[in-house]
Amino acid sequence: MIEVLRHALALAAKDLRVELRSRTALVSAIAFAALVLVIFNFARDPTTVSSRDLAPSVLWVTFTFAAMLTFNRSFALEKENGAMDGLLLSPVPRGAIFLGKYFANLGFVVTVQAVTLPLFVLFFNVGLGGALPGLLLVTVLGTLGFVAVGTVFASMAVRTRFADLMLPVLLLPFLVPPVIGAVQVTTRLLAGRPLLEQAGWLRILGVYDVVFLTVCAMVFPSLLDE
Amino acid sequence: MALSAGTGSLQVILGPNGAGKTTLLRILAGLTRPTSGQVLVLGHSLRNTPRLRREIGLLSHQSLLYDDLTPRENLTFIARLYGLKAPDQSAMAALDAVGLAQRSADPVRRLSRGMVQRVAIARALLHRPRILLLDEPFTGLDPRAADRLVRLLEEQLAAGTAVVVVAHSLYDIWPVATRISVLVRGQWVIDEPRPTDRDRFMVRVQEAFSD
Amino acid sequence: MTPTPENAAATIRRGLLLSTVGLLGLALVYLLAHRFTPIEVRQGLAQKIFYVHAPAAWAAMLAFALVGVCGGLYLWLRDPRLDLFAEASAEVGLVFGLIMLTTGPIWGKPIWGTWWTWDARLTLTLLLVFLFVGYRALRGALSDPAERARYSAVVGILGLMLVPFVHLSVYLFRTLHPQPVLLKPSAPSMPAPMLRTLLTSIAVFTLLYVGFAMTRYGLGLMREARGAADAD
Repeated sequence: MIEVLRHALALAAKDLRVELRSRTALVSAIAFAALVLVIFNFARDPTTVSSRDLAPSVLWVTFTFAAMLTFNRSFALEKENGAMDGLLLSPVPRGAIFLGKYFANLGFVVTVQAVTLPLFVLFFNVGLGGALPGLLLVTVLGTLGFVAVGTVFASMAVRTRFADLMLPVLLLPFLVPPVIGAVQVTTRLLAGRPLLEQAGWLRILGVYDVVFLTVCAMVFPSLLDE
Repeated sequence: MALSAGTGSLQVILGPNGAGKTTLLRILAGLTRPTSGQVLVLGHSLRNTPRLRREIGLLSHQSLLYDDLTPRENLTFIARLYGLKAPDQSAMAALDAVGLAQRSADPVRRLSRGMVQRVAIARALLHRPRILLLDEPFTGLDPRAADRLVRLLEEQLAAGTAVVVVAHSLYDIWPVATRISVLVRGQWVIDEPRPTDRDRFMVRVQEAFSD
Repeated sequence: MTPTPENAAATIRRGLLLSTVGLLGLALVYLLAHRFTPIEVRQGLAQKIFYVHAPAAWAAMLAFALVGVCGGLYLWLRDPRLDLFAEASAEVGLVFGLIMLTTGPIWGKPIWGTWWTWDARLTLTLLLVFLFVGYRALRGALSDPAERARYSAVVGILGLMLVPFVHLSVYLFRTLHPQPVLLKPSAPSMPAPMLRTLLTSIAVFTLLYVGFAMTRYGLGLMREARGAADAD
């Protein structure tokens, strides 16, 4: 287990290093998120729809769509020069390959979220009050699961010619439960409701995360040809 | 079909395109699952013994490298994957062995094709595998590089490495070949130790190709 | 293990036979619903579409479950026929899903005045349809059969795991945000003739599923058999 974790972190570190050299995917995702926020601001009639009502939905649509942009990158990187073969040649446990990509994707998504959240607060004039810790929690719980599914689907999508279309087509249905839950909790937190009250939804999000992370980790090695 | 490679011997696999040479090599490397049969490395099934992967090195026609990283970073990463004790040192030593120590800090993207191939060779040999697999390694090499590769193969053979080379021409590999087999449409049509008369053998191979 | 054209043709024949019986059964259901089932008091005649709507949903779910199960079995046993059957089931499931989604609005409009409602069942079936479409899109984009089979299997399994979560979250969402309630007689309190028609319809739709899936599976086998013959 420690072995697997060690290899996974080495893999994720490598991905991070590669991305920091070129920075293209990260910058694009952040720019996308910012632009989506801007468009949402203009895509409503401010006199009839208050930003407060729309805010949680906007936040989560932005989070999830921007996140989807980063997933294909993780495997497109391995497709160039056949680097994936290099990983598979080595004695690295296959679970570590999944976990490494998962950690890398998680890292990118969290980075994008870390930039998006302050922008969101700014653009939508959202009074956070004491809601920040709760918001951070729901953001984490809402993210862990779908990033796992996104990682698995990205590994498949890059093998097709329409990777950027294939990934959302496959992944969007899997966003429904986390987005429903996350928006419910976010709405209430922003309205000042206590975090403890959201335990039910948070539990569902947590179970979703555990189930999908486990299933994805178990199923990933079968995707490989060996 | 059966294939075996012994220590210090170099097995050449020839064949026209589509014969299955690359697939065979990938199966030997443990990258592709065969429809039936198994790969035994040092007597053990490769599938069931992941640590045996340490004994295999592959030189593919793709470099298997990350273009945005430097050769040093690439090899250090690989060294970690293979569990080598001093990853950075092993990486630099391998680069030194192929004469690229001074370019170790340039992203692979900026290296010439020949240099990339040398880094790829360093990568394949980094973990001192006992089995070396090469997929059409002489393609696109200038005579000096081809010569360097042949000398490297000689060194490896002298050290007891078992080598399997997929090629579509015998010209470059002839001096070091121990055994030559020709694969046509998934079947061996020639399978024998390297004969003394190269030209006559080449004619036989040509005929085998055109069947 | 390559299928022969004879096996494939036999499977197709069996499938067509079952489908024909099923279609006759469908005519029977129509008759039952029309003549031998009372008209529901609150909803009137429009309610009778329920006898097609609900079993279609059931068949779509059955198809979906089998796609997932065959996928899991394929990853374990690596028998290509499991993948071929999953492919057939996905196609048939898509059709039943679309039937459910079109009969829903046809039922809904006269009753509560809107074409669509986000109730748990409709939403789940809609997502199933999207999953079926995604499944087929992925298959269409992959040419290597073994790779296609592995990848489809994973999508099937993950999709199956998704269903309980979608059901739960949409249900909870709706109890918090009541929307037009889908009026329908719930099973326990359904009068006997209605229950009888419903159960008959469910049986008929199950038979239709098996018949269609088998026919489509046979067609898949035939495609493989022809492909193998061409290659020689």
